[in-house]
Order: sequence, then C-alpha cells, then structure tokens
Amino acid sequence: MKLRGRAWKFGDDIDTDAILPAKYLNLADPGELARHCMEGADPEFVAKIQPGDLIVAGDNFGCGSSREHAPIAIKHAGLAGVIAASFARIFYRNAFNMGLPIVECPEAAEGIGQGDEVELDLETGLIINHSKGATYRARPTPEFMQRLLQAGGLIPYLQQKMREEN
Amino acid sequence: MGMTLSEKILAAHCGKDQVSPGELIEARVDFVFGNDITAPLAIQAFRRAGGRKVFDPQRIGLIPDHFVPNKDVTSATRVQEMRSFAQEMELPYFFEVGRMGIEHALLPEQGLVLPGDVVIGGDSHTCTYGALGAFATGVGSTDLGAAFLTGQVWFRVPESIKIVYRGRLGPWVVGKDVVLYTIGRIGVDGARYKALEFCGEVIESLPMDQRFTISNMAIEAGAKVGLIAPDQITKQYVKERAKRSYRFYEPDPDAAYEKVLEWDLSDLEPQVACPPSPGKVKPVGQLGEVTIDQVVIGSCTNGRLDDLRLAARILEGRKVHPRVRCIVIPATPKVYAQALEEGLLRIFTEAEAAVSTPTCGPCLGGYMGILAAGERAVSTTNRNFVGRMGHPESEVYLASPAVAAASAVLGRIAHPDEVLS
Ligand code: SF4
Repeated sequence: MKLRGRAWKFGDDIDTDAILPAKYLNLADPGELARHCMEGADPEFVAKIQPGDLIVAGDNFGCGSSREHAPIAIKHAGLAGVIAASFARIFYRNAFNMGLPIVECPEAAEGIGQGDEVELDLETGLIINHSKGATYRARPTPEFMQRLLQAGGLIPYLQQKMREEN
Repeated sequence: MGMTLSEKILAAHCGKDQVSPGELIEARVDFVFGNDITAPLAIQAFRRAGGRKVFDPQRIGLIPDHFVPNKDVTSATRVQEMRSFAQEMELPYFFEVGRMGIEHALLPEQGLVLPGDVVIGGDSHTCTYGALGAFATGVGSTDLGAAFLTGQVWFRVPESIKIVYRGRLGPWVVGKDVVLYTIGRIGVDGARYKALEFCGEVIESLPMDQRFTISNMAIEAGAKVGLIAPDQITKQYVKERAKRSYRFYEPDPDAAYEKVLEWDLSDLEPQVACPPSPGKVKPVGQLGEVTIDQVVIGSCTNGRLDDLRLAARILEGRKVHPRVRCIVIPATPKVYAQALEEGLLRIFTEAEAAVSTPTCGPCLGGYMGILAAGERAVSTTNRNFVGRMGHPESEVYLASPAVAAASAVLGRIAHPDEVLS
C-alpha cells in the first residue's frame, strides 16, 4: 500500500481537540466531521488540502480523549495518512480500527517540511521526500494490517472476511 | 536476543519465534469477556461486522457486575441484552446473579483465565490476570466485538519495565501498599502503555490474592499489563481450578527492558492514595487527622478472601465508629460462602458493618453506597478521581483492607496499629 501527497506540518502534542473540537462530537456523519478536521489547530485547514495529502507531526499526536471521531475526521477529509514522531496509544488503536494509515518515524517527522512531496510505502516502511531528495525508514506495516486499512477499518475488514467465508 | 515475559507470551500467540517492542502483531486470544457496560456495545459491533457465530463459546465470558443485581430498568435492559446473546450463541459463561461475582475476581477463581493466556476484556482492570502470568489487557467495545467473532486481536508489542521489590514486608503491609507505593513513585503516567513486570522477594512471598491486587492497579500507573512470572504459588492456585490447559512462561535472563527499578520495601508503611488521584500516595502516618463518613471494603482490587480476613482481624470484637457506615462486599459468591464459613461475615455484622452480595456497586459510584457532597470515604478500590463514588465534592482515599478497617473503627484514617498492635 503506497501513499503520496503533500505534507502538512504540525508540532508536538496535537490533541484530539485540535484534530476535532469537542463541540462537534454530537455529529455522527463522517462527511460532516471531516469539514472540521484539524480546525482546533488551523481553522482554514480543510479549505487548503487536496485529496491524498498527509499530516506530518511531532510527538504524541492524538493525545487527549479516546474519541474515534478524530481519526474519522482526518480520513474523511481526504487525507491519506499521518506520519508522526510518536502517537498517543488510544489514537493509534482508533486510527487503525477506523482505517486511517499511520506510521511512526521520528526522522521523517523532523526532516519533512511544510508542503514537501512525500511518498510512503507501508509495506517496506520506506518514506521518500521527493522535494528534498531524502529518505527515511519506518517500521513496515504487516500485511494483515494493510488489509485492514484497505478494507477501511476493523468492522469493514470483518464484514469482508464474513462475505468471503460465505 | 532474549524476550520479556510479555514478549514471550505474545510471540507464542502470533506464531512467531520473536517479537519486539513497537511491532504490530495479530494475536490469538484465549479468553475474551465483557461486562454490563461494555458487552452490550460489543454485541452491537459483533452484529455490525456481520457476526452470526462466535469463534468459540467456551472462551467467551459475559459478566454483568457493575449495576447488578439490576439497580434500575436501564441496567436490567443491558443485562437482558447480554442474556439473550448468551442464549443465542450458547455461551456457558454468562453469570446470573447468585453465580455472578466481580469479573476480575470471578474469572481467575473459576479457572477461566490462566497462566500464559492472552486475555482481552472490555474493562480497564483486565490487567488483573497479569498476576497469573497472563498477558491480559482492556480493550474498547469494537475490539471486543471483533474478538467475539474472530478470536483474534491486534496489538502493538509494548516496551517492558521491570520492578524488583527487595526485602520483606512489615506487619499490616500488604500487596495494596506495594502497588500504591509503586504508583506514587512512578506516577499515573509512569508506565503508559508499557508492560510492567513485577518480581523480587516481596512478590515471591505474596499469596495469589495479594498478587492480584498488585496487577489489578497496573493500569493506574498507565500500564497496558502488569505481569508476574508464575511460580509454585501460582501453580497451587490454578491446579484445581483450571478449566483447560495452560502454560508457564518466564522472561529470558537477557531480556531487554526499557527500565529496571529496584526498591527495598522492608521499611514500607501502609500507604494511602489521597483524592483525586491514585498517584497522590502518602504513608498513612503522614496524613494527619482525616475524619471519614464511609468505608468500603471490596472490589476487584480487594474483595477476595485474604482481604476479608485481614479486615476481620481488625474488626473482630469491635464496632464501626458511630459516625461511619462500613460496607463490605465479598467479590464473588465463593468468597462470600467461604467468609461465611470462616465466621468473617459474623464478625462484620457484629461490628455493625453492612455486608452486600457481590457487585461493583459503590466502586464506580454506581449504587450501594453513594457519597453525598462533602462526604469522605476510605475505600479498598482502585480509583479516587473527582466524583468517582458519588457527588463531585465527595472524596475517596484508597487504602488496604487493614487501613480501611482501622479507619472504620476510629472514624478517621488510621494505622492498624492504632487499633491493634
Ligand atoms: S470493582 Fe470497580 S474497578 Fe473493579 S471492575 Fe468493578 S467498577 Fe471496575
């Protein structure tokens, strides 16, 4: 599974309120949630991004509440994934279960600049920064996790499995 | 390279020779369960995923314990959902009132969670079974529902921290004091998403009941699991209970830990966690005069037989202070029956404490002992956040059954020595 797009840079400790302010938690529709993606950190964010773009952030991305709304908002805003130096663990679990690709890589988080053209290969863990001609290595995402991501998250993945079995 | 206890168990459950921290794995689970708060949501997730059959009815537990015996219509409805799911899926381990106990006391007692297992539960204190040498951790309802269906769960292999406890515990100092002290030292974030491994002479000398108390509160230090390598004491405990086969794993001598902490606990005093955090821990002697309104002795932390025996040693022949309500909750029907047989329940009732049927009840401010504004409790439970047991202006101090019982007698937070030396 390969992702390629422009990088949108954020700092350390981007919490779930920055990703999706709590006042929108009563929204259930992914499309509506997506309209407020990263609004707490950059109110203009959704207007600026293009499908396939990536978020690149520092340490502890997604800290704060356990809301699954946060990865849903990022995914449905059209972002391809998140590269961060590290993730808050509940966010980490929620992101995979909601089908949002995320990768930990401190070197990439440091080296990639705003607007850089970035390519990420989940299978090998290789991250290429086409703007700077640099490469970074993340841990490869195992095959079963790529399948889960491709299906769109844990529940759709199981639905698919169920269908295959029947 | 060698593996820690967690890594050993996880590797064995994902068919690999070696796993290392940070790695994503898909593990086979040996037992999966939920309670009256989490199971109904997990059942919904199971259905959304298209589930029609569970992976193995023998490996699923449904334990309504938080608001049970049903405290209101909502609780009754949740339990009804669990009951009909259990009937539909033919699950033998749905526990009805009378057979039901607090999940984390009940499952080990029934031999349903065992050494070497990977266990997931819809409850943060699932880490309790670490005391048996099982990799056991709490998950959300979606993961739980998915595991009902597949018998599998994905994990990121956690880093491990080893804590070695040296020395010998003094009188009235028990597992609860060890774990409170630990949380006080490393903080409520000290082991965030890491695996804790507890060892050393202190652990080796502790009976299973007290080991459960220690692993139970690993989550209060943020840990994903809190493991103890099985030994003779573990073997004794599981051999006549186990409902299936099990395996003892131990860490390799050259295992890589993120950190190793070593403390001598010979001079440890009984500990108390002050509101509103399990990390605000002080020796009981440093608290000064703290008057109290209620004492709760019970929960998945301290509602086992050892705990009741300890409290009874202090309450025997004494009365609960006139200003204080003392509620004793044996964690399971077996604990209740044994306490009855040993005369402990009589000691409690003669001391004018109230004895309840097994339930989580007051531990989470559910029912059976809610605090009013300005009231203060000493409780043997595991959390003392703002409003945990009732009104946001009420306060909870966490302590061992010995400190709780002594406090019940004196009407203020007290060292057991003040009652009985
Ligand atoms: S006794 Fe308290 S901490 Fe334990 S499972 Fe029940 S509510 Fe949770």
